[in-house]
Amino acid sequence: MKQKQSTQTDHKPESESFRNQHDSSQHPSMTEGPRMPGPRPKRGVPEGLWLKCNGCRSTIYRKEAEEMLNVCPQCGFHWYVSAKQRIEQLFDPGTFEEWDGGLLPTDPLTFSDKKPYAKRIVSEQKRTGLSDAALTGTGMIRARRVACGVTDSSFIMGSMGSVVGERLARLIERATTESLPLIIISASGGGARMHEGILSLMQMAKVSAALARYSESGGLFISVLTNPTMGGVAASFASLGDLVFAEPRALIGFAGPRTIKATIRVELPAGFQTSEFLLEHGFIDRIISRQNLKSEIARAIDYCGG
Amino acid sequence: MARGLHRLPLEKPIYELEDKIADLETAPLGQQAQEEVQQLRRECADLQKQIFGNLDPWQTVEVARHPNRPKTSDYLSLVFDEFVELHGDKAFGDDPAMLTGFAKIDRHKVLVVGHQKGKTLAEKQACHFGCAHPEGYRKAMGKMRLAAKYGLPVICLIDTPGAYPGIGAEERGQAQVIAESMFLMASLKVPIICVVIGEGGSGGALGIGVGDRVAVLEHAYYSVISPEGCAGILWKSAEFKADAARALRMRAWDLKEFGVIDKVIDEPRGGAHRDPRLMAARLKTFLERTLKDLVSLPIEKLVENRYDKFRRMGAFLED
Ligand SMILES: [Zn+2]
Repeated sequence: MKQKQSTQTDHKPESESFRNQHDSSQHPSMTEGPRMPGPRPKRGVPEGLWLKCNGCRSTIYRKEAEEMLNVCPQCGFHWYVSAKQRIEQLFDPGTFEEWDGGLLPTDPLTFSDKKPYAKRIVSEQKRTGLSDAALTGTGMIRARRVACGVTDSSFIMGSMGSVVGERLARLIERATTESLPLIIISASGGGARMHEGILSLMQMAKVSAALARYSESGGLFISVLTNPTMGGVAASFASLGDLVFAEPRALIGFAGPRTIKATIRVELPAGFQTSEFLLEHGFIDRIISRQNLKSEIARAIDYCGG
Repeated sequence: MARGLHRLPLEKPIYELEDKIADLETAPLGQQAQEEVQQLRRECADLQKQIFGNLDPWQTVEVARHPNRPKTSDYLSLVFDEFVELHGDKAFGDDPAMLTGFAKIDRHKVLVVGHQKGKTLAEKQACHFGCAHPEGYRKAMGKMRLAAKYGLPVICLIDTPGAYPGIGAEERGQAQVIAESMFLMASLKVPIICVVIGEGGSGGALGIGVGDRVAVLEHAYYSVISPEGCAGILWKSAEFKADAARALRMRAWDLKEFGVIDKVIDEPRGGAHRDPRLMAARLKTFLERTLKDLVSLPIEKLVENRYDKFRRMGAFLED
């Protein structure tokens, strides 16, 4: 006596469009807002000498951009950097040691949309050279030892599934027991990873709980928000820093701009959900350009007795 | 038996049978007709069991969103002996989508926090259909701190499609407050019991969902994202919401299997909306038993157990 799939509309038409669009913990922000110059070239494809800045449309000599830490020399727009590049930029050479690299993603829901999640994991791993969307470990920042996590927006939009959550929780616990300052640099447009369902949502609670213990122990947590930091990542560890820094003009927020637009049906104000918007509304301590990030982190650690 | 105006398509055969019984009962019943009515009543009960025992994932979402489904305000009167509402976040405003206040249950004085969807259209609009703003989560946090100060256990009733997505919500720190609320609840020094009574929509649900015990009503759901939102992103159209609902494994027994919740509370035959009093009685029994267990534990142990509970969640491989 199983019922056929309902085709009836919702009983509350006034909320229908809202529900259809609602996706509070993750969102398709990668299709909106300023973007970095295209993804890194695929293997076997020769690297172009020139890049086009999606901030100002100018054509930039690749080498020059790289020397600028992937910041546009024309307009200062901060392009994508991978987690590995970020670590190179931030740590004293040769000091970074990865932790928990042996944790690997699995497919607890046997999830499949247009493509099975199990296959998606493998192809993302091949494409990015990462095992999942976060790297964690320890290293020296201007001779100060820190515990550090970096998420990479190129791996399933930097979304947090079980591996990201577990790596971060272990990182935070180790920072607690070893009394290390903690730095987490977020680049996660995807929020909590849908493909691991409720388990992804629970990583938000797990990591936040670890941060609560770390905070009670007196540890300093510096959260650095980069483009993009959205949904369940913004709504957990990324917002819990004792200090919250952001790179300029990053997209940062809870709900995706498309979701909001579909819900309230008005145009969003210019600069909505940018670093500057968050600073103006009181949620960010400092906006720091990438070239100054290392020295600013070191200085903050000095102030807070690290 | 509650019979409101709203009937889901999946409930249609049940209502047809009930209408038939009602028709028979309008005339004085002879012996034979009485037996027929008895027989139809048994059939109707079987039909309800059969339909509600075999809901597919999308149908479960429909039941969880049923307009007649008992809401936080119903349980406040049916489960608790008293409710003393406390308003306001002491910073911006008073979000009606988040109800907070003192309550009594089984001689325990507690703090209740719950999403409120509203019943009339005006209430629904004021509550944004159960989608709280940052001031709602700030209100919840403020009252939870108060509860911790005076040793009142916290009971959270979760029923939201998600935290509100809007300009003001972003301006006032929607991401920030959800993060802070989980952070606070993770180490709050009083027992916390959370129950998903309808919709467990994403971060908006988890924002009041970190507790010592988490239960879900049989036909409620709890998900990382709404099925429509997931379908829109991964299938590129909300029309695939039923596929998304299936893929997300968001139903009570799935959640139990993943170790995310402690208990599934059975609903009355035909769903909670068919018998809110019975549903409330079962919820009350669960809350009373759980409170009894939790208050007997030393608070340090309780908080440690709460940490371990969430710390274990996740699925990964390890070399
Ligand atoms: Zn530029």
